[in-house]
Amino acid sequence: MSVETLMPYDEALARYEPVLGIETHIELGTSSKMFCGCATAFGAEPNTQVCPVCLGLPGSLPVVNRAAIESTIKIGLALNCSIAEWCRFARKNYFYPDMPKNYQISQYDEPLCVEGHLDVEIEGDDGPEVHRIAIERVHMEEDTGKSLHVGGSTGRIHGADHSLVDYNRAGIPLVEIVTKPIEATGAKAPLVARAYATELRELMRALGVSDVRMEEGSMRCDVNVSLMPRGSSQWGTRTETKNVNSLRSVERSVLHEIERQAGILAGGGRIIQETRHFHEDTGSTTSGRSKEEAQDYRYFPEPDLVPVAPAGDWIEELRAGLPERPAARRARVKADWGLTDKELQDVVNAGALDLIEQTIAAGADPAAARKWWMNELSRRATALAVELAALPITAEQVARVQAMVTAGDLNDKLARQVFEGVLAGEGTPDEVAAARGLKIVSDDGALAGIIDQVIADNADAADKVRAGKVAAAGALVGAVMKATRGQADAGRARELILERLSG
Amino acid sequence: MPITRDEVAHLARLSRLALGDDELDHFAAQLDVIISAVARVQEVAAEDIPATSHALPLTNVFRPDEVRPCLTADQALAGAPAAEGDRFRVPRILEEES
Ligand SMILES: [Zn+2]
Repeated sequence: MSVETLMPYDEALARYEPVLGIETHIELGTSSKMFCGCATAFGAEPNTQVCPVCLGLPGSLPVVNRAAIESTIKIGLALNCSIAEWCRFARKNYFYPDMPKNYQISQYDEPLCVEGHLDVEIEGDDGPEVHRIAIERVHMEEDTGKSLHVGGSTGRIHGADHSLVDYNRAGIPLVEIVTKPIEATGAKAPLVARAYATELRELMRALGVSDVRMEEGSMRCDVNVSLMPRGSSQWGTRTETKNVNSLRSVERSVLHEIERQAGILAGGGRIIQETRHFHEDTGSTTSGRSKEEAQDYRYFPEPDLVPVAPAGDWIEELRAGLPERPAARRARVKADWGLTDKELQDVVNAGALDLIEQTIAAGADPAAARKWWMNELSRRATALAVELAALPITAEQVARVQAMVTAGDLNDKLARQVFEGVLAGEGTPDEVAAARGLKIVSDDGALAGIIDQVIADNADAADKVRAGKVAAAGALVGAVMKATRGQADAGRARELILERLSG
Repeated sequence: MPITRDEVAHLARLSRLALGDDELDHFAAQLDVIISAVARVQEVAAEDIPATSHALPLTNVFRPDEVRPCLTADQALAGAPAAEGDRFRVPRILEEES
């Protein structure tokens, strides 16, 4: 492989204008596959979620999963698309063992949803900046099997002796969302690409149609990039970077392709229209050297399936059931909770929006709900290397702990110990507090003895307080807290100390 | 002549079929006869008969999203020419993994 000269990003942008296009595959979260009743669980033993239909055995016939159609229509509606009154599936013929039928059932010139848009926001030079991404189409297809290449050093195809195929994934419903060319984003192109993928993922989550786990491949982006010289209106040749599997990689792959293509063009070379692969470790792309022959899939209408013609009232019913869009929800939450843009962004990035909202619904005030999820619980999730939502604690339990704080039964320090107990499986917040004896001691009788002891042990500080240096009481309160392992009511302890020493 | 020898060669390549020169001649002639025969349907197609891709005038045939029993890996692999570790074993593929 020849060494490529990358052009520094700023220089590349000064000379060329990038044009992007993003194709996103979303695996729908249906229980069964697109055309058969096989299960769709991720991570099952190889070839245990297969049947004659998804193995392409002779005599089998596909039947469309109604829930997959509904999810696709919901996605289309949420992306402001028109829904086709009538459309068909098509056979995309190709000979590659990831599809046992030698074709993939897809949609070709009759997609279910067309002509929509998604607004995405990025941090511009002068504050937030909204870009409207035009959506060309949303269509249905089926996912392919997974190949394992044996004998190669990297698991990739090069040098492999043979391949082993697992068809569990073959036939899982897949939705492909295709943008129109994204132009005039300039130096912000990588950020816009990432913001689009982020917003799309949020939207799919809000719709509940997919778990959109990029690391598990249930959301995958193919990113097209081309450059045109500034001042020109002639688009350049594009490359397509396949299967980009994280939001960060979407951004990095665009950035890299801009630098790489600019380097080639400036050196008098030309861009080859090709598929490229993104490498997480180096942030670079390499040629996939696949499909060199012009793609010739010999599409034709799928004879085993009848057309889909969603009735108007069905579409309207689905439209009426759409959840609040993520952007509208963020605006509402930001206002209601009194957050800055940064605070809101942190909440969203932490995956805490739902959890905090549920905690508030369970009775906690917004500030406390956010504090617990974003600080103590985020810290523990990070330590356990799990997502926040995967912590073994419910929003209701967090609200209960906060209620105990509000009632004066716990302080923050004790509350953290209750969280620790709940996460360790010791029971509900009330059970943990009872079992561990976590309760603020504000009873004067219980505190009096401790305070006497503390005053005796800290005679210097006590003398200062007697002499009128009230600030010195802090040390005594601290000693009381220490002696009670944090369970004293600090305010009450202070009052009692001052009372005792003012005589 | 609705299909040419070059087209047959192209289709053979797409289908990963290694056809010799004499086979291309042979199949081109055969396919030509078949396609010509099928093409006669167009002669009876009148203005009032819309093109269709399906024999039945049906739309929206769906099934509920319910899981049905699957095959076991042994059953799935029973007809496979080669298998290894509960996976189908296939010859080296020239394209990249997806
Ligand atoms: Zn199946």
